[in-house]
Amino acid sequence: MRKLSKLRRSAFASPLLLVVALFAIGTTFSVASATDKTELSVDQRSAQIAEGKQIFLKGCSSCHGLNLEGSAIAPSLIGVGAASVDFQVGTGRMPVADLSQQIARKKPVYNEEQTAALAAYVASTAPGPAIPNDSMLNYERDGNTAEGGTLFRTNCAMCHNFAGQGGALTQGKYAPTLMGVEPKYIYEAMITGPQAMPVFANKTVTPAEKLSIIKWIKAAENEPQLGGAALGRVGPVTEGLLVWTLGLGLLIGVAVWLATKAR
Amino acid sequence: MTARERVAGTVANYVDERTGAAKWMKKNLTKVFPDHWSFLLGEIALYSFVILLLSGTFLTFWYDPSQREVVYDGSYVPLQGLHMSAAYASTLDISFEIRGGLLMRQIHHWAALIFMAAIVVHLMRVYFTGAFRKPREFNWIIGVGLLTLGIVEGFLGYSLPDDLLSGTGIRIAEAIIQALPVVGTYLAYFAFGGAFPGEAFIPRIFTVHILLLPGIFLALITVHLMLVWYQKHTQWPGPGRTEKNVVGYPLMPAYMAKAGGFFFIVFGVTAFLGAVASINPIWLYGPYNPGQVSAGSQPDWYMGWLDGLVRMAPPLESHIFGYTIPWNILIPGLIVPGILFTGLALYPFIESWITGDKREHHLLDRPRNVPNRTALGAMSLTFMLVALVNGGNDIIATTFHLGINQVMWFSRFAIFILPPIAFAVTKRICLSLQRADRELVLHGRETGRLLMLPHGEFVEVHEPISPELAWKLTAHEQAPALALEDVDDRGVRRAGGLKNKLRKRISQANAETIAKPTLNDLKEIEHH
Repeated sequence: MRKLSKLRRSAFASPLLLVVALFAIGTTFSVASATDKTELSVDQRSAQIAEGKQIFLKGCSSCHGLNLEGSAIAPSLIGVGAASVDFQVGTGRMPVADLSQQIARKKPVYNEEQTAALAAYVASTAPGPAIPNDSMLNYERDGNTAEGGTLFRTNCAMCHNFAGQGGALTQGKYAPTLMGVEPKYIYEAMITGPQAMPVFANKTVTPAEKLSIIKWIKAAENEPQLGGAALGRVGPVTEGLLVWTLGLGLLIGVAVWLATKAR
Repeated sequence: MTARERVAGTVANYVDERTGAAKWMKKNLTKVFPDHWSFLLGEIALYSFVILLLSGTFLTFWYDPSQREVVYDGSYVPLQGLHMSAAYASTLDISFEIRGGLLMRQIHHWAALIFMAAIVVHLMRVYFTGAFRKPREFNWIIGVGLLTLGIVEGFLGYSLPDDLLSGTGIRIAEAIIQALPVVGTYLAYFAFGGAFPGEAFIPRIFTVHILLLPGIFLALITVHLMLVWYQKHTQWPGPGRTEKNVVGYPLMPAYMAKAGGFFFIVFGVTAFLGAVASINPIWLYGPYNPGQVSAGSQPDWYMGWLDGLVRMAPPLESHIFGYTIPWNILIPGLIVPGILFTGLALYPFIESWITGDKREHHLLDRPRNVPNRTALGAMSLTFMLVALVNGGNDIIATTFHLGINQVMWFSRFAIFILPPIAFAVTKRICLSLQRADRELVLHGRETGRLLMLPHGEFVEVHEPISPELAWKLTAHEQAPALALEDVDDRGVRRAGGLKNKLRKRISQANAETIAKPTLNDLKEIEHH
């Protein structure tokens, strides 16, 4: 102990402690603020874009055109941004399997790396909405459930139903269910407006409000079935069906039984 | 005499000396009721009504019928801090803060759906068996009144929580009121005490929902049952059953036990549904806000047909003298339901006009023996079913991966095409069943036993049916068509030509039947 006390009073103690403290703070900060995706170097980026272009030419250009100019059956991709590509390819909607009224979510064709390359390529041709990174998607921290519910009911429920179960649109189109959709894709859908969905620009619904909406959707998704079986959360149609099948079925069954027993 | 009998006798005597009840009870407790499962359908409706009264009373203890704005601070996190009406907040409190409140709310709502469904199947039973005929026309009209009021009462209850779904429903109701030419706008202003949504509507419909309509219900149900009591219950035809007697069991003890037990079974089924299946999850709908609406907003099933009719109406609108006449709402929302319910209420009189039958009837018809009535019933049900299906066209579209427009266009044609087809098919089925009955009486039951005759021919052995069954199959009367001559005895054309022609035509169609076997037919067969 005496040795330590002596050391503490040494002339080098203050500068040394300062260096140690600075080092500790710096390390902590760099660890804490580090993202899992390391920034790509310029070379790596151009290699990624080149790879994306190759994938695009093979898999996408037959409809979207060799220069992303689009065609009679597919829109132009100039200026759609990386977010749009990430949403469409990442959820498996693109490349499209059948050209029906609406392109449905399916198992993705391209892996994460290929999707990132495609997104980088499309984004390199013209500016557009970028893919939100993880720090932008911390809805648990930055969102407000109640506010999100109000925003959801004002902006989303008329198509996606009050509990995000999805709903019908005109001519065979539909708003898909939001249950089980990753926060990143919900966010990207709002900023890019895929298919029949409108774009919810940051001036209309701010990034913080978007996170609130996501937080509410996740709360609805994880909400236990409070009143018993949820019956699909689609409103009175399934309730009426249950009453006419199970409810009245049981009661008429009992009535028949009561009348037979007397004989 | 045991001690217990002595005590019971003393009590009974004490009551009788003061009320004179013994004579009345002796007569009425032994009153005989016929037994058939279909006679219990109305009881389901009656017991659901009792459940509605009890569970509804519980809900009024905590429900606050006010559109005053409050900030929610209850235990349901996703709504905390939101501005909402006291009506909505108190319904949330019933659901989450009051012990047993959510169960009671769900029992109340399920009981309402069962109440309406039971009324409809009871009405179907009365209609298809001809139980509405003289002397029961008034009771039929009371029944139609109960059905109509039930729809209104259910809709008001659905509107009380002031959640997003019920607010949307009120908005549509307001639109239907406004669709009335000239007076519509004024009526809507009177009902809402100003512009929609206002602060007056929920307190008003609360009073109507818990006081006025239940009062009318109680009165009408009492008269309905008293008339059943006074007119006696109808019965199925059978040996020993005539238009002048009632064959069955006495009220005490058989039906007391049965009816009492059935009440608890209905309560049990309703409570079971309330416990295991969510209904009207208002916390997910959120508070009402006129700027919001949810996809798949639907009314409860008993209003679904009305919504379906409105949904399939093409966008027609006229502008006359500065007034807008929205035919797309007026026709499906008011005119068609008006015609349907008036026709329903007047049906007993229409049928007796067609058949010219003014006699009393206490024996029921087997539906097949009255093909036109049965076919008309099937036609009406088909109409309602198409309308109901279209009321859920969005849910059907997403569930079965169809286009909502396809479902709507299907309904637009089906509402005109399917009911007549249902009429024709049902009528043919009825006549075929009559033919089968005739075969059964004449040739007996097929036993499935094959017999080889000495010369090698195979025949199936038929067994004669029991006299009871033969009675049942032949007891009905087959009235000929009305003999309506175009000219009277002196050769003068009768007045009201078109009306008579129509009546004659319908009467002839109505009398189309397969002749039931007569004694001569049977004897002739026996000779072979």
